[in-house]
Amino acid sequence: MSKSNFTRRGVLRTGAMTAGGLALPTILTAASHSGFTNAPAGATVTLGFNVPQTGPYADEGADELRAYELAVEHLNGGGDGGMMGTFSSNALQGNGILGKKVEYVTGDTQTKSDAARASAKSMIEKDGAIMITGGSSSGVAVAVQALCQEAGVIFMAGLTHSNDTTGKDKRANGFRHFFNSYMSGAALAPVLEKMYGSDRKAYHLTADYNWGYTTEEAVKSSTEAMGWETVNTVKTPLTQTDFSSYIAPVLQSGADVLVLNHYGGNMVNSLTNAVQFGLRDKQVNGKNFEIVVPLYSRLMAKGAGANVKGIFGSTNWHWSLQDEGSKAFVKSFGTKYGFPPSQAAHTCYVQTLLYADAVERAGSFAPCAVAEALEGYEFDGLGNGKTLYRAEDHQCFKDVLVVKGKENPTSDFDLLEIVEVTPASQVTYAPDHPQFSGGALGTCNNGA
Amino acid sequence: MFGLDKTDTKLLLIVAVLCLFAPFILNPFPTSSGLAQFNAGYPDLMQRFVIFGIFAVGFNILFGLTGYLSFGHAAFLGVGSYSAVWMFKLLSMNVIPAILLSVLLSGVFALIIGYVSLRRSGIYFSILTLAFAQMSFALAYSVFTPITGGETGLQLALDDPRILGISQTAGGNIPVPALFGLEMRASWDLVLGDWQFTFNAGYYLCALILLAAFYMAIRIFRSPFGMMLRAVKSNQQRMNYTGLNTKPYTLAAFVISGMYAGLAGGLMASMDPLAGAERMQWTASGEVVLMTILGGAGTLIGPVLGAGFIKYFENIFSKLNDNVLHGWFAFMPDGLENLMVTIVHPFVGKGWHLTLGILFMLVVIFLPGGLVEGGQRVGRLFRRRDIKSTGPEAEAAQQRNAAE
Repeated sequence: MSKSNFTRRGVLRTGAMTAGGLALPTILTAASHSGFTNAPAGATVTLGFNVPQTGPYADEGADELRAYELAVEHLNGGGDGGMMGTFSSNALQGNGILGKKVEYVTGDTQTKSDAARASAKSMIEKDGAIMITGGSSSGVAVAVQALCQEAGVIFMAGLTHSNDTTGKDKRANGFRHFFNSYMSGAALAPVLEKMYGSDRKAYHLTADYNWGYTTEEAVKSSTEAMGWETVNTVKTPLTQTDFSSYIAPVLQSGADVLVLNHYGGNMVNSLTNAVQFGLRDKQVNGKNFEIVVPLYSRLMAKGAGANVKGIFGSTNWHWSLQDEGSKAFVKSFGTKYGFPPSQAAHTCYVQTLLYADAVERAGSFAPCAVAEALEGYEFDGLGNGKTLYRAEDHQCFKDVLVVKGKENPTSDFDLLEIVEVTPASQVTYAPDHPQFSGGALGTCNNGA
Repeated sequence: MFGLDKTDTKLLLIVAVLCLFAPFILNPFPTSSGLAQFNAGYPDLMQRFVIFGIFAVGFNILFGLTGYLSFGHAAFLGVGSYSAVWMFKLLSMNVIPAILLSVLLSGVFALIIGYVSLRRSGIYFSILTLAFAQMSFALAYSVFTPITGGETGLQLALDDPRILGISQTAGGNIPVPALFGLEMRASWDLVLGDWQFTFNAGYYLCALILLAAFYMAIRIFRSPFGMMLRAVKSNQQRMNYTGLNTKPYTLAAFVISGMYAGLAGGLMASMDPLAGAERMQWTASGEVVLMTILGGAGTLIGPVLGAGFIKYFENIFSKLNDNVLHGWFAFMPDGLENLMVTIVHPFVGKGWHLTLGILFMLVVIFLPGGLVEGGQRVGRLFRRRDIKSTGPEAEAAQQRNAAE
């Protein structure tokens, strides 16, 4: 039981304390608020590089980080300037961004959406990062993109290929330079038709997660459109390392093409299994059995070794491209690290330059101003030819490379050869395409 | 106070003070100094400290008291998160219904899993729980994609119904979780000279709930029910021979600790409205086991300390990169600087797992009772000589202490 005695002194004291408590927030908020989250105040600006440093995509992450460090060096006027010399926009001067020296913080996404968000949050809340970029999986990209939208900073996606990143999960503060599942399908189909004919039966093995689904759907619809038949689609667990039990039924199905919607270690294992089973030496329906890998990367080709020879796939960029931008990038990357960059490194490097350039052109770090500068922006000289950042879904539209595992590789890095450069017009789709339906961009958020 | 004896009251007060002043305690270094890298007083990490503290306290009710080692507690964390996000999607952005539903659903889930798993004890029980959790993870990751969002995780969207709230704000954005209008992400900065302290609404809500959860845990530890659970740990067979059915007790403990995990999951979703399937993976289940053992299994405050310890490493050490290292050793001559960076490099950044692993080994080998035992040893150094000593002298001192 409590006994209460009101005294004049007690009431006054309680009243004063309550008033003080209520006034406290107004005193405390005085420090911040400059129109948008993490407005850079001093002579430096901080970017957040959120890449997988541990887990299945650590190789890609390490290469992305190298590219980011190179980009920062170039933005601050160091090195040979790389693609800044070939970029169609001349806003970047090599004196940082808007005269502020570029600094960066790094974090580990672990390829888990939770860890990636925690790491991105610490960059925003603790280090005052004005832009977050990176990631090597669509799950992470989508999660961090939503976070950046909420917090009011710009997100420049790294390696993310799922349709959803700029489809059903698109956000006004997020931008993707990398290509997507739909584009892979659209670019691959004509080449496959030319090489293998239009009367084929395809069997899909698909990694059982979001990216696998969109890739399967994209490849399926593009190949069916040219007359192929899809015999079966089978989902494989992401953690699977031995695919022999999935390969055996392929032969009984009467299919003559195997499509591996796998990435990273999955693809390395499934392809190796398929080749070991002798699928490529088989004759089915009077035709040679063929294997297709929709999304290729050099790092994967390296893992699968000789098994990739002659296998078709698509990629965003390859270091053997001969345009001025690619040559400049490969040269400065090679000088610094001693080997050519991967497509993940390329897209991350380009994204950093594009962000810096957009800030220069907008004349402000405010996310909404930057987003406006990026929307509908057409540029060239960054390795993929003429490219458009579409305003409707913040997706880049550019040429897509169809590649093939090289028969006679000359080095560890020379594993893929470019078969065809599919022009951007052929992979462009309407913003409301069924594979990208649902979801809305919303409006850009400047944060606090 | 609150039906607690003197030592427990003291413990509760210590936790309360730690929670209240965490923004100061965790930000000891001035923002402009190089050591600011080690500051942990930003909202997201502080929230994580207390949320995983709740998770570990709940886990300790099962593991510390009954000795049943569950390797699948992350499943309840996940169930809690998913139900909270669904509440945000369907009902409103208020965190109260979300947290309530997450506790309730994870309780039901724990009842089902516990009923099956508790038919066995020891390693078989651990394996059963692990199997259930991995099953939940696999289902959430692929088969249940329409409900869980699969790999991408369950997210809020602009066109969610939110019957009692608004689908989108006037500015065209997704509303953020709030407690009757108080946004969870709302923060106030206090700048004192070169120091900056951040007070976050969401953190203080979590801290309040941690206090309540901690108080509940103390009451359970000290209750006859808790005594019965301890009896299960020391000799379950003997209990059975005396004609006592232990299953309802262990099941109750399992459900309670599952509800704690669900509460933690619901809070996580309330602070950051996204639920990913990885939350249910076995690594997450293993993490809470590590937290409890690192802090001190069976002790009250140990799991909270362990949770803080692991989360600190995960979030602070993983962010030290070579660039930062070069900054630290810049005062040295070039050759030596590079040598130092090369030596330290494997232990920070992506090597944070390695550092944590080494520390974990050291703790388990030299402090089997966890960090709490370390604290006790340090405390003993500074106490009176008669208690520090061994043999009859110490016994006498203890008896006198008890009498006092």
